[in-house]
Amino acid sequence: MVQGALGLAAILFALGLIGLLVRRNIMYVLMSIEIMMNAAGLAFVAAGASWGQPDGQVMFVFILTLAAAEVSVGLGLVLLMYERFRTMDIDALSTMRG
Amino acid sequence: MTTVLFLVAAAVAVIATLRVITQLHIVHALLYLIVSFLAVAVVFYLLGAPFIAALEVIVYAGAIMVLFVFVVMMLNQGLREVEQERRWLVRGMWTGPSLLAAVLLVEVLYLVWHRTPSGESSVVGPREVGLALYGPYLIAVELGSLLLLPGIIGAYHLGRREPKE
Repeated sequence: MVQGALGLAAILFALGLIGLLVRRNIMYVLMSIEIMMNAAGLAFVAAGASWGQPDGQVMFVFILTLAAAEVSVGLGLVLLMYERFRTMDIDALSTMRG
Repeated sequence: MTTVLFLVAAAVAVIATLRVITQLHIVHALLYLIVSFLAVAVVFYLLGAPFIAALEVIVYAGAIMVLFVFVVMMLNQGLREVEQERRWLVRGMWTGPSLLAAVLLVEVLYLVWHRTPSGESSVVGPREVGLALYGPYLIAVELGSLLLLPGIIGAYHLGRREPKE
């Protein structure tokens, strides 16, 4: 089952990456990042369960902290962007010519 | 039996995540994302990590998704809202996530009924996780608090409204 969980983590990460590349709405981009972080946490927990050690779960707690901090700042940026540009399209923010 | 439960939960997670990235409406996508996190929580439980399963439900499917819903609410314009509510209450909107969540509910009820905490892998409970977290990983906990503080300050700074003169 550990192999299955690692495969599931890979599939979820790939789906999140596809969503990140395909969607241009910033909310979907943030949600895809959440999916990818969750998949990384699943890989950590599966690896920890394979040895019966708590280290994987500890790493998941840190990923959870990271996701909470990232999403709060990211959603603050979304609000600011909508206030200033009246759009959710991240291609509209191209004045830096990146 | 555990393998079957795992496969069902994994299938629910993959289907829900696929629906997230192909959905056009943001609230529908959020519903499917919550179902996806719940399915991953069932997988955590089957892997022998009940504490992480609870954290996934409370923090990911609870707190972080509530943040997303709040932002969607704040972005809503007042005039379109009533029309939008009417469109949201159609049956097609909630049947898909409800069906997937019902599959997960049946699975959890089966697990509770048969008192099988996990499959072949041994359970690593909250006690071991807490001992590791506040023992060898103490410096990482401090670094996590150092990460959360700029998160709070940054969110406050970004969300602050300038007084209009």
